[in-house]
Amino acid sequence: MDIYLPIAEVSLDVFVLLGLGAVVGFLSGVFGVGGGFLLTPLLIFIGVPPAVAVASSANQLVGASVSGVLAHSRRGNVDFKMGFVLLVGGLAGSALGVLLFTWLRRVGQIELTISICYVLMLGTLGFLMAIESVRAVLRQRRPGGVRRKLHQHNWMHGLPLKTRFRRSKLYISALLPIGLGVIVGILSAILGVGGGFLLVPAMIYMLGMPTQVVPGTSLLQIIFVAANVTFLQAYTNRTVDAVLTLVLLIGGVLGAQFGTRFGTRLRGEQLRFLLAMMVLAVAAKLAYDLTIRPPSLFVITTELT
Amino acid sequence: MSRQPRLALALRAALGFAVLGLAGGPACADGVTADLSSHLIAITSGFSGASVVLFGATEGGGDIIAVVRGPEREMTVWRKGKVAGIWVNAESVTFSNVPSFYTVAASQPIEQIVAPGPAALYRIGTGNLKLQAKPPATPEEAARFNEALIATQQREGLFAVDAGKIAFLGGRLFRATISFPANVPTGTYIVEIFLVRDRDVVSGQTTPLVVSKVGLDAEVSDFATREAAGYGAIAVVAAVVAGWLASLPFRGV
Repeated sequence: MDIYLPIAEVSLDVFVLLGLGAVVGFLSGVFGVGGGFLLTPLLIFIGVPPAVAVASSANQLVGASVSGVLAHSRRGNVDFKMGFVLLVGGLAGSALGVLLFTWLRRVGQIELTISICYVLMLGTLGFLMAIESVRAVLRQRRPGGVRRKLHQHNWMHGLPLKTRFRRSKLYISALLPIGLGVIVGILSAILGVGGGFLLVPAMIYMLGMPTQVVPGTSLLQIIFVAANVTFLQAYTNRTVDAVLTLVLLIGGVLGAQFGTRFGTRLRGEQLRFLLAMMVLAVAAKLAYDLTIRPPSLFVITTELT
Repeated sequence: MSRQPRLALALRAALGFAVLGLAGGPACADGVTADLSSHLIAITSGFSGASVVLFGATEGGGDIIAVVRGPEREMTVWRKGKVAGIWVNAESVTFSNVPSFYTVAASQPIEQIVAPGPAALYRIGTGNLKLQAKPPATPEEAARFNEALIATQQREGLFAVDAGKIAFLGGRLFRATISFPANVPTGTYIVEIFLVRDRDVVSGQTTPLVVSKVGLDAEVSDFATREAAGYGAIAVVAAVVAGWLASLPFRGV
Protein backbone atom coordinates (compact mmCIF):
# COMPACT_ATOMS: atom_id res chain seq x y z
CA MET A 1 0.00 0.00 0.00
CA ASP A 2 1.61 3.23 -1.14
CA ILE A 3 1.40 6.41 0.84
CA TYR A 4 2.03 9.83 -0.68
CA LEU A 5 4.48 11.94 1.33
CA PRO A 6 3.38 15.54 0.82
CA ILE A 7 6.73 17.28 1.40
CA ALA A 8 9.03 14.63 -0.05
CA GLU A 9 6.61 14.47 -3.02
CA VAL A 10 7.10 10.75 -3.54
CA SER A 11 4.85 7.75 -2.97
CA LEU A 12 6.39 4.99 -0.86
CA ASP A 13 5.10 1.72 0.53
CA VAL A 14 3.76 2.40 4.01
CA PHE A 15 4.88 -1.05 5.24
CA VAL A 16 8.44 -0.43 4.08
CA LEU A 17 8.45 2.80 6.10
CA LEU A 18 6.89 1.13 9.15
CA GLY A 19 9.43 -1.69 8.85
CA LEU A 20 12.28 0.80 8.57
CA GLY A 21 11.05 2.64 11.64
CA ALA A 22 10.73 -0.68 13.48
CA VAL A 23 14.23 -1.85 12.54
CA VAL A 24 15.78 1.45 13.64
CA GLY A 25 13.65 1.48 16.80
CA PHE A 26 14.64 -2.11 17.51
CA LEU A 27 18.33 -1.22 17.20
CA SER A 28 17.94 1.80 19.42
CA GLY A 29 16.21 -0.40 21.98
CA VAL A 30 18.98 -3.00 21.86
CA PHE A 31 21.97 -0.65 21.74
CA GLY A 32 20.64 2.51 23.35
CA VAL A 33 21.59 4.75 20.42
CA GLY A 34 19.09 7.01 18.66
CA GLY A 35 19.39 5.23 15.33
CA GLY A 36 19.30 8.46 13.32
CA PHE A 37 22.65 7.60 11.80
CA LEU A 38 21.08 4.56 10.16
CA LEU A 39 17.63 6.00 9.49
CA THR A 40 18.74 8.90 7.29
CA PRO A 41 20.89 6.88 4.86
CA LEU A 42 18.24 4.14 4.65
CA LEU A 43 15.57 6.73 3.82
CA ILE A 44 17.86 8.06 1.08
CA PHE A 45 18.30 4.52 -0.29
CA ILE A 46 14.55 4.02 -0.65
CA GLY A 47 14.12 7.26 -2.56
CA VAL A 48 13.42 10.07 -0.11
CA PRO A 49 15.30 13.23 -1.19
CA PRO A 50 18.35 13.63 1.13
CA ALA A 51 17.31 17.08 2.37
CA VAL A 52 13.86 15.77 3.40
CA ALA A 53 15.36 12.60 4.90
CA VAL A 54 17.66 14.64 7.15
CA ALA A 55 14.99 17.06 8.38
CA SER A 56 12.34 14.38 8.93
CA SER A 57 14.78 12.13 10.80
CA ALA A 58 15.46 15.01 13.17
CA ASN A 59 11.73 15.31 13.74
CA GLN A 60 11.38 11.57 14.36
CA LEU A 61 14.27 11.82 16.81
CA VAL A 62 12.35 14.30 18.97
CA GLY A 63 9.62 11.75 19.63
CA ALA A 64 11.99 8.83 20.09
CA SER A 65 14.15 10.79 22.57
CA VAL A 66 11.18 11.99 24.64
CA SER A 67 10.15 8.39 25.04
CA GLY A 68 13.70 7.43 26.04
CA VAL A 69 14.28 10.27 28.52
CA LEU A 70 11.02 9.50 30.31
CA ALA A 71 12.13 5.91 30.79
CA HIS A 72 15.57 6.97 32.07
CA SER A 73 14.36 9.76 34.36
CA ARG A 74 12.04 7.34 36.15
CA ARG A 75 15.19 5.54 37.20
CA GLY A 76 16.89 8.83 38.16
CA ASN A 77 19.52 8.45 35.46
CA VAL A 78 19.41 11.97 34.04
CA ASP A 79 21.85 14.76 35.00
CA PHE A 80 19.62 17.75 34.24
CA LYS A 81 22.29 20.34 34.94
CA MET A 82 24.75 18.71 32.56
CA GLY A 83 21.96 18.28 30.02
CA PHE A 84 21.15 21.99 30.00
CA VAL A 85 24.77 23.07 29.75
CA LEU A 86 25.18 20.74 26.77
CA LEU A 87 21.98 22.24 25.41
CA VAL A 88 23.35 25.81 25.37
CA GLY A 89 26.06 24.61 23.00
CA GLY A 90 23.63 22.35 21.14
CA LEU A 91 21.17 25.13 20.27
CA ALA A 92 23.95 27.41 19.03
CA GLY A 93 25.42 24.54 17.01
CA SER A 94 22.13 23.52 15.44
CA ALA A 95 21.31 27.10 14.39
CA LEU A 96 24.77 27.32 12.83
CA GLY A 97 24.24 23.93 11.18
CA VAL A 98 20.92 24.94 9.59
CA LEU A 99 22.55 28.08 8.16
CA LEU A 100 25.31 25.91 6.75
CA PHE A 101 22.70 23.49 5.36
CA THR A 102 20.81 26.32 3.63
CA TRP A 103 24.01 27.66 2.10
CA LEU A 104 25.15 24.22 0.91
CA ARG A 105 21.75 23.65 -0.62
CA ARG A 106 21.96 26.93 -2.53
CA VAL A 107 25.38 26.12 -3.96
CA GLY A 108 24.16 22.63 -4.91
CA GLN A 109 26.51 20.66 -2.65
CA ILE A 110 24.16 19.50 0.12
CA GLU A 111 23.69 15.94 -1.11
CA LEU A 112 27.43 15.47 -1.57
CA THR A 113 28.17 16.87 1.90
CA ILE A 114 25.60 14.59 3.51
CA SER A 115 27.04 11.55 1.74
CA ILE A 116 30.67 12.35 2.55
CA CYS A 117 29.92 13.10 6.19
CA TYR A 118 28.07 9.81 6.49
CA VAL A 119 30.87 7.83 4.89
CA LEU A 120 33.46 9.33 7.26
CA MET A 121 31.24 9.07 10.31
CA LEU A 122 29.86 5.57 9.74
CA GLY A 123 33.23 4.31 8.55
CA THR A 124 35.01 5.48 11.70
CA LEU A 125 32.21 4.42 14.00
CA GLY A 126 31.83 0.97 12.46
CA PHE A 127 35.56 0.40 12.55
CA LEU A 128 35.89 1.43 16.20
CA MET A 129 32.89 -0.64 17.22
CA ALA A 130 34.21 -3.71 15.42
CA ILE A 131 37.61 -3.41 17.15
CA GLU A 132 36.02 -2.79 20.52
CA SER A 133 33.70 -5.78 20.31
CA VAL A 134 36.47 -8.11 19.16
CA ARG A 135 38.60 -6.92 22.08
CA ALA A 136 35.73 -7.49 24.49
CA VAL A 137 35.30 -11.05 23.26
CA LEU A 138 39.04 -11.71 23.63
CA ARG A 139 39.08 -10.14 27.11
CA GLN A 140 36.30 -12.46 28.22
CA ARG A 141 38.24 -15.49 27.13
CA ARG A 142 41.28 -14.23 29.09
CA PRO A 143 39.92 -13.18 32.49
CA GLY A 144 41.80 -10.96 34.98
CA GLY A 145 42.54 -7.72 33.10
CA VAL A 146 44.09 -4.55 34.48
CA ARG A 147 41.66 -2.04 35.96
CA ARG A 148 42.00 1.43 34.43
CA LYS A 149 41.82 4.78 36.20
CA LEU A 150 38.43 6.52 36.07
CA HIS A 151 39.86 9.50 34.19
CA GLN A 152 43.15 11.26 33.81
CA HIS A 153 43.93 14.92 34.37
CA ASN A 154 45.02 16.79 31.25
CA TRP A 155 44.79 20.23 29.57
CA MET A 156 41.00 20.12 29.61
CA HIS A 157 40.97 20.49 33.36
CA GLY A 158 42.85 23.80 33.13
CA LEU A 159 39.97 25.60 31.32
CA PRO A 160 38.06 28.40 33.08
CA LEU A 161 34.36 28.44 34.15
CA LYS A 162 34.65 25.44 36.44
CA THR A 163 31.24 24.09 37.42
CA ARG A 164 30.10 21.35 39.75
CA PHE A 165 27.80 18.66 38.30
CA ARG A 166 26.47 16.78 41.34
CA ARG A 167 24.61 13.99 39.61
CA SER A 168 27.67 13.18 37.48
CA LYS A 169 30.07 13.66 40.42
CA LEU A 170 32.19 16.03 38.32
CA TYR A 171 33.89 19.40 38.78
CA ILE A 172 34.90 20.53 35.28
CA SER A 173 34.89 23.58 33.02
CA ALA A 174 31.46 24.31 31.53
CA LEU A 175 33.21 25.11 28.24
CA LEU A 176 33.76 21.39 27.62
CA PRO A 177 30.09 20.34 27.52
CA ILE A 178 29.22 23.58 25.65
CA GLY A 179 31.82 22.88 22.96
CA LEU A 180 30.66 19.27 22.72
CA GLY A 181 27.09 20.55 22.34
CA VAL A 182 28.06 22.85 19.45
CA ILE A 183 29.66 20.01 17.49
CA VAL A 184 26.70 17.70 18.05
CA GLY A 185 24.28 20.52 17.10
CA ILE A 186 26.00 21.10 13.75
CA LEU A 187 26.02 17.36 12.97
CA SER A 188 22.39 17.12 13.93
CA ALA A 189 21.36 19.85 11.51
CA ILE A 190 23.40 18.64 8.55
CA LEU A 191 22.95 14.88 8.99
CA GLY A 192 19.67 14.50 10.89
CA VAL A 193 21.36 12.52 13.62
CA GLY A 194 20.96 13.12 17.34
CA GLY A 195 24.66 12.65 17.87
CA GLY A 196 24.19 10.02 20.57
CA PHE A 197 26.88 7.82 19.07
CA LEU A 198 29.29 10.77 19.35
CA LEU A 199 27.98 12.23 22.58
CA VAL A 200 27.92 8.98 24.54
CA PRO A 201 31.62 8.09 24.11
CA ALA A 202 32.63 11.75 24.54
CA MET A 203 30.71 11.98 27.80
CA ILE A 204 32.28 8.81 29.13
CA TYR A 205 35.86 9.23 27.95
CA MET A 206 36.27 13.00 27.59
CA LEU A 207 34.12 14.35 30.43
CA GLY A 208 34.47 11.28 32.62
CA MET A 209 30.76 10.95 33.45
CA PRO A 210 29.49 7.81 35.22
CA THR A 211 28.13 5.39 32.61
CA GLN A 212 24.61 5.00 34.01
CA VAL A 213 23.68 8.70 33.67
CA VAL A 214 25.10 9.03 30.15
CA PRO A 215 22.27 7.69 27.92
CA GLY A 216 19.50 9.63 29.70
CA THR A 217 21.46 12.89 29.76
CA SER A 218 22.52 12.54 26.14
CA LEU A 219 18.90 11.88 25.09
CA LEU A 220 17.71 14.90 27.09
CA GLN A 221 19.88 17.29 25.14
CA ILE A 222 19.07 15.49 21.86
CA ILE A 223 15.34 16.23 22.36
CA PHE A 224 15.98 19.96 22.35
CA VAL A 225 18.61 19.99 19.65
CA ALA A 226 16.44 17.85 17.37
CA ALA A 227 13.40 20.03 18.14
CA ASN A 228 15.43 23.13 17.24
CA VAL A 229 16.65 21.52 14.01
CA THR A 230 13.12 20.41 13.08
CA PHE A 231 11.75 23.90 13.61
CA LEU A 232 14.56 25.68 11.75
CA GLN A 233 14.51 23.20 8.85
CA ALA A 234 10.73 23.56 8.52
CA TYR A 235 11.06 27.34 8.63
CA THR A 236 14.01 27.92 6.30
CA ASN A 237 14.10 24.90 3.98
CA ARG A 238 10.57 23.43 4.19
CA THR A 239 11.99 19.93 4.27
CA VAL A 240 10.19 18.39 7.28
CA ASP A 241 7.69 15.75 6.16
CA ALA A 242 5.27 15.30 9.06
CA VAL A 243 3.55 12.29 7.46
CA LEU A 244 6.86 10.50 7.01
CA THR A 245 7.85 11.31 10.61
CA LEU A 246 4.61 9.97 12.00
CA VAL A 247 4.82 6.67 10.14
CA LEU A 248 8.45 6.23 11.22
CA LEU A 249 7.56 7.00 14.83
CA ILE A 250 4.82 4.38 14.92
CA GLY A 251 7.20 1.74 13.60
CA GLY A 252 9.99 3.01 15.81
CA VAL A 253 8.05 2.86 19.07
CA LEU A 254 7.00 -0.74 18.47
CA GLY A 255 10.51 -1.71 17.43
CA ALA A 256 12.08 -0.03 20.45
CA GLN A 257 9.92 -1.99 22.89
CA PHE A 258 10.83 -5.30 21.30
CA GLY A 259 14.44 -4.18 21.09
CA THR A 260 14.68 -3.35 24.77
CA ARG A 261 13.40 -6.79 25.75
CA PHE A 262 15.47 -8.60 23.18
CA GLY A 263 18.59 -6.63 24.17
CA THR A 264 18.54 -7.83 27.76
CA ARG A 265 18.61 -11.45 26.66
CA LEU A 266 21.48 -11.24 24.19
CA ARG A 267 25.25 -11.30 24.47
CA GLY A 268 26.46 -7.71 24.07
CA GLU A 269 29.72 -8.29 22.21
CA GLN A 270 28.37 -10.38 19.36
CA LEU A 271 25.50 -7.96 18.96
CA ARG A 272 27.81 -4.96 18.84
CA PHE A 273 29.93 -6.71 16.25
CA LEU A 274 26.82 -7.29 14.13
CA LEU A 275 25.84 -3.64 14.42
CA ALA A 276 29.39 -2.63 13.49
CA MET A 277 29.20 -4.76 10.34
CA MET A 278 25.87 -3.22 9.41
CA VAL A 279 27.17 0.31 9.93
CA LEU A 280 30.24 -0.49 7.81
CA ALA A 281 28.04 -1.94 5.06
CA VAL A 282 25.98 1.28 4.91
CA ALA A 283 29.19 3.36 4.80
CA ALA A 284 30.63 1.18 2.04
CA LYS A 285 27.48 1.47 -0.07
CA LEU A 286 27.47 5.27 0.29
CA ALA A 287 31.20 5.50 -0.53
CA TYR A 288 30.73 3.26 -3.57
CA ASP A 289 27.86 5.44 -4.82
CA LEU A 290 30.12 8.48 -4.63
CA THR A 291 32.78 6.99 -6.86
CA ILE A 292 30.78 5.26 -9.61
CA ARG A 293 29.85 7.30 -12.63
CA PRO A 294 26.26 8.46 -12.08
CA PRO A 295 23.71 7.24 -14.66
CA SER A 296 23.12 10.86 -15.58
CA LEU A 297 25.73 13.58 -15.33
CA PHE A 298 23.09 16.27 -15.06
CA VAL A 299 20.76 16.97 -12.15
CA ILE A 300 18.11 19.66 -11.82
CA THR A 301 17.24 21.61 -8.70
CA THR A 302 14.09 23.72 -8.53
CA GLU A 303 14.17 26.97 -6.59
CA LEU A 304 11.76 27.35 -3.69
CA THR A 305 8.76 29.41 -4.74
CA MET B 1 -9.36 27.50 5.60
CA SER B 2 -11.20 25.28 3.19
CA ARG B 3 -9.53 24.30 -0.01
CA GLN B 4 -12.55 24.42 -2.32
CA PRO B 5 -12.93 28.22 -2.64
CA ARG B 6 -9.23 28.59 -3.50
CA LEU B 7 -9.47 25.91 -6.16
CA ALA B 8 -12.54 27.50 -7.62
CA LEU B 9 -10.75 30.84 -7.67
CA ALA B 10 -7.76 29.39 -9.49
CA LEU B 11 -10.08 27.76 -12.03
CA ARG B 12 -11.98 30.96 -12.62
CA ALA B 13 -8.79 32.97 -13.06
CA ALA B 14 -7.54 30.47 -15.60
CA LEU B 15 -10.89 30.35 -17.38
CA GLY B 16 -10.78 34.13 -17.71
CA PHE B 17 -7.57 33.70 -19.58
CA ALA B 18 -9.25 31.17 -21.87
CA VAL B 19 -12.10 33.53 -22.74
CA LEU B 20 -9.62 36.15 -23.94
CA GLY B 21 -8.37 33.63 -26.44
CA LEU B 22 -4.85 32.97 -27.53
CA ALA B 23 -2.68 36.04 -27.17
CA GLY B 24 -1.66 37.19 -30.65
CA GLY B 25 -3.44 34.26 -32.26
CA PRO B 26 -6.35 34.28 -34.68
CA ALA B 27 -9.86 34.54 -33.26
CA CYS B 28 -11.37 31.26 -32.20
CA ALA B 29 -14.76 31.99 -33.75
CA ASP B 30 -14.10 29.84 -36.77
CA GLY B 31 -12.05 26.70 -36.59
CA VAL B 32 -11.75 24.74 -33.39
CA THR B 33 -13.65 24.05 -30.19
CA ALA B 34 -12.20 21.76 -27.55
CA ASP B 35 -12.49 20.85 -23.91
CA LEU B 36 -11.09 18.44 -21.32
CA SER B 37 -12.94 15.61 -19.62
CA SER B 38 -11.83 17.15 -16.34
CA HIS B 39 -10.20 20.40 -15.36
CA LEU B 40 -8.83 19.06 -12.10
CA ILE B 41 -6.24 16.41 -11.41
CA ALA B 42 -6.47 15.57 -7.72
CA ILE B 43 -3.35 14.18 -6.09
CA THR B 44 -4.42 11.98 -3.21
CA SER B 45 -2.46 9.66 -0.89
CA GLY B 46 -2.45 6.78 -3.35
CA PHE B 47 -1.81 8.90 -6.46
CA SER B 48 0.04 7.03 -9.19
CA GLY B 49 -0.56 9.21 -12.22
CA ALA B 50 -3.70 10.24 -14.08
CA SER B 51 -4.99 10.93 -17.55
CA VAL B 52 -7.38 13.44 -19.01
CA VAL B 53 -9.28 13.17 -22.28
CA LEU B 54 -9.06 16.11 -24.66
CA PHE B 55 -11.92 16.25 -27.14
CA GLY B 56 -13.32 18.74 -29.63
CA ALA B 57 -14.39 19.50 -33.16
CA THR B 58 -13.01 21.48 -36.09
CA GLU B 59 -14.76 23.42 -38.79
CA GLY B 60 -13.54 22.96 -42.30
CA GLY B 61 -10.80 20.40 -41.72
CA GLY B 62 -7.14 20.74 -40.82
CA ASP B 63 -4.80 19.20 -38.28
CA ILE B 64 -4.78 19.63 -34.51
CA ILE B 65 -1.83 20.18 -32.16
CA ALA B 66 -2.33 20.31 -28.39
CA VAL B 67 0.33 21.66 -26.02
CA VAL B 68 0.11 21.08 -22.24
CA ARG B 69 2.27 23.39 -20.18
CA GLY B 70 2.80 23.35 -16.41
CA PRO B 71 3.52 26.45 -14.31
CA GLU B 72 6.94 27.99 -14.91
CA ARG B 73 9.71 27.57 -12.35
CA GLU B 74 13.26 28.71 -11.91
CA MET B 75 15.49 25.67 -12.30
CA THR B 76 19.22 25.12 -11.96
CA VAL B 77 20.92 22.43 -14.02
CA TRP B 78 24.08 20.98 -12.48
CA ARG B 79 26.71 19.05 -14.33
CA LYS B 80 28.61 16.50 -12.29
CA GLY B 81 32.37 16.28 -12.64
CA LYS B 82 34.91 13.97 -11.06
CA VAL B 83 36.96 15.70 -8.36
CA ALA B 84 39.51 13.65 -6.40
CA GLY B 85 37.79 10.39 -7.33
CA ILE B 86 34.24 11.34 -6.40
CA TRP B 87 31.43 12.84 -8.43
CA VAL B 88 30.42 16.35 -7.40
CA ASN B 89 28.12 19.00 -8.81
CA ALA B 90 30.68 21.07 -10.71
CA GLU B 91 29.11 23.52 -13.17
CA SER B 92 25.64 25.00 -13.25
CA VAL B 93 23.33 27.16 -15.34
CA THR B 94 20.07 28.60 -14.00
CA PHE B 95 17.04 29.02 -16.25
CA SER B 96 14.33 31.40 -15.14
CA ASN B 97 11.26 30.23 -17.09
CA VAL B 98 11.16 26.45 -17.27
CA PRO B 99 7.69 24.89 -17.60
CA SER B 100 7.46 22.31 -14.83
CA PHE B 101 5.60 20.01 -17.23
CA TYR B 102 5.42 20.01 -21.03
CA THR B 103 3.82 17.64 -23.47
CA VAL B 104 2.53 17.81 -27.04
CA ALA B 105 -0.08 15.79 -28.89
CA ALA B 106 -0.79 16.07 -32.62
CA SER B 107 -2.92 14.43 -35.27
CA GLN B 108 0.17 13.93 -37.48
CA PRO B 109 3.94 14.26 -36.95
CA ILE B 110 4.51 17.91 -36.04
CA GLU B 111 7.26 18.66 -38.59
CA GLN B 112 4.93 17.56 -41.39
CA ILE B 113 1.99 19.76 -40.46
CA VAL B 114 3.51 23.00 -39.17
CA ALA B 115 6.35 25.19 -40.50
CA PRO B 116 9.31 26.04 -38.21
CA GLY B 117 8.21 29.70 -37.97
CA PRO B 118 4.77 29.23 -36.40
CA ALA B 119 6.09 26.29 -34.33
CA ALA B 120 8.67 28.61 -32.76
CA LEU B 121 6.13 31.42 -32.31
CA TYR B 122 3.66 29.23 -30.42
CA ARG B 123 6.42 27.26 -28.64
CA ILE B 124 5.38 23.91 -30.10
CA GLY B 125 7.91 21.17 -29.33
CA THR B 126 10.66 20.93 -26.69
CA GLY B 127 13.08 22.63 -29.09
CA ASN B 128 10.98 25.82 -29.03
CA LEU B 129 10.67 26.41 -25.29
CA LYS B 130 12.90 29.55 -25.40
CA LEU B 131 14.37 28.95 -21.95
CA GLN B 132 16.20 31.98 -20.60
CA ALA B 133 19.59 31.33 -19.04
CA LYS B 134 20.59 33.67 -16.25
CA PRO B 135 23.98 35.37 -16.45
CA PRO B 136 26.89 34.61 -16.22
CA ALA B 137 26.22 31.65 -18.55
CA THR B 138 27.74 31.98 -22.02
CA PRO B 139 25.52 31.17 -25.02
CA GLU B 140 27.38 27.88 -25.64
CA GLU B 141 26.98 26.83 -22.01
CA ALA B 142 23.31 27.82 -22.06
CA ALA B 143 22.71 25.70 -25.16
CA ARG B 144 24.49 22.69 -23.70
CA PHE B 145 22.66 22.89 -20.36
CA ASN B 146 19.36 23.59 -22.11
CA GLU B 147 19.73 20.31 -23.97
CA ALA B 148 20.62 18.48 -20.75
CA LEU B 149 17.62 19.97 -18.96
CA ILE B 150 15.24 18.75 -21.64
CA ALA B 151 16.81 15.27 -21.65
CA THR B 152 16.59 15.03 -17.85
CA GLN B 153 13.00 16.22 -17.73
CA GLN B 154 12.13 13.70 -20.48
CA ARG B 155 13.67 10.90 -18.45
CA GLU B 156 11.60 11.98 -15.44
CA GLY B 157 8.49 11.84 -17.62
CA LEU B 158 7.91 15.58 -17.18
CA PHE B 159 8.66 16.57 -20.76
CA ALA B 160 7.25 14.75 -23.76
CA VAL B 161 9.64 12.52 -25.68
CA ASP B 162 7.35 12.16 -28.70
CA ALA B 163 4.16 13.92 -29.58
CA GLY B 164 1.12 11.94 -28.45
CA LYS B 165 -1.55 10.92 -30.91
CA ILE B 166 -4.71 12.89 -31.57
CA ALA B 167 -7.26 10.73 -33.36
CA PHE B 168 -9.95 12.08 -35.70
CA LEU B 169 -13.37 10.44 -35.63
CA GLY B 170 -15.21 10.92 -38.90
CA GLY B 171 -13.34 13.97 -40.18
CA ARG B 172 -14.43 16.67 -37.70
CA LEU B 173 -14.41 15.27 -34.18
CA PHE B 174 -11.09 14.61 -32.48
CA ARG B 175 -9.94 13.17 -29.20
CA ALA B 176 -6.68 12.44 -27.38
CA THR B 177 -5.69 11.03 -24.01
CA ILE B 178 -3.13 13.08 -22.11
CA SER B 179 -1.28 11.16 -19.40
CA PHE B 180 0.36 12.62 -16.32
CA PRO B 181 2.98 10.70 -14.30
CA ALA B 182 2.91 10.21 -10.51
CA ASN B 183 5.50 12.96 -10.03
CA VAL B 184 3.42 15.59 -11.89
CA PRO B 185 4.11 19.06 -10.45
CA THR B 186 1.20 20.95 -8.91
CA GLY B 187 -0.18 24.25 -10.15
CA THR B 188 -2.36 25.74 -12.86
CA TYR B 189 -1.65 24.28 -16.29
CA ILE B 190 -2.55 25.75 -19.66
CA VAL B 191 -3.72 23.46 -22.45
CA GLU B 192 -3.41 25.13 -25.88
CA ILE B 193 -5.21 23.63 -28.86
CA PHE B 194 -4.05 24.80 -32.29
CA LEU B 195 -5.82 24.28 -35.62
CA VAL B 196 -3.24 23.96 -38.39
CA ARG B 197 -3.80 24.35 -42.12
CA ASP B 198 -1.22 24.68 -44.89
CA ARG B 199 1.60 24.41 -42.35
CA ASP B 200 0.40 27.46 -40.44
CA VAL B 201 -1.61 27.95 -37.23
CA VAL B 202 -4.99 29.36 -38.26
CA SER B 203 -6.94 29.14 -35.04
CA GLY B 204 -6.50 28.27 -31.41
CA GLN B 205 -8.06 27.92 -28.03
CA THR B 206 -6.73 27.60 -24.50
CA THR B 207 -8.26 25.86 -21.56
CA PRO B 208 -7.00 25.53 -17.99
CA LEU B 209 -6.15 22.43 -16.01
CA VAL B 210 -5.47 22.49 -12.28
CA VAL B 211 -3.17 19.91 -10.71
CA SER B 212 -3.66 20.04 -6.99
CA LYS B 213 -3.03 18.01 -3.89
CA VAL B 214 -6.30 17.28 -2.10
CA GLY B 215 -7.18 15.86 1.28
CA LEU B 216 -4.94 15.71 4.32
CA ASP B 217 -1.72 15.73 2.28
CA ALA B 218 -2.77 18.95 0.60
CA GLU B 219 -3.52 20.56 3.94
CA VAL B 220 -0.13 19.49 5.26
CA SER B 221 1.98 20.72 2.36
CA ASP B 222 -0.11 23.86 1.96
CA PHE B 223 0.31 24.68 5.62
CA ALA B 224 4.04 23.88 5.52
CA THR B 225 4.50 26.47 2.77
CA ARG B 226 2.26 29.25 4.07
CA GLU B 227 2.91 28.94 7.79
CA ALA B 228 6.41 27.51 7.88
CA ALA B 229 7.03 28.54 11.50
CA GLY B 230 3.69 27.21 12.74
CA TYR B 231 4.20 23.97 10.86
CA GLY B 232 7.67 23.54 12.40
CA ALA B 233 6.29 24.14 15.88
CA ILE B 234 3.45 21.68 15.36
CA ALA B 235 5.82 19.03 13.98
CA VAL B 236 7.92 19.32 17.14
CA VAL B 237 4.93 19.23 19.49
CA ALA B 238 3.40 16.26 17.65
CA ALA B 239 6.65 14.31 17.97
CA VAL B 240 6.91 15.13 21.70
CA VAL B 241 3.33 14.01 22.31
CA ALA B 242 3.85 10.84 20.27
CA GLY B 243 6.98 10.04 22.26
CA TRP B 244 5.20 10.66 25.54
CA LEU B 245 2.19 8.53 24.54
CA ALA B 246 4.52 5.75 23.45
CA SER B 247 6.13 5.59 26.89
CA LEU B 248 2.80 5.42 28.77
CA PRO B 249 2.03 1.69 28.44
CA PHE B 250 5.51 0.89 29.74
CA ARG B 251 5.39 3.05 32.84
CA GLY B 252 5.49 0.20 35.29
CA VAL B 253 8.32 -1.62 33.52
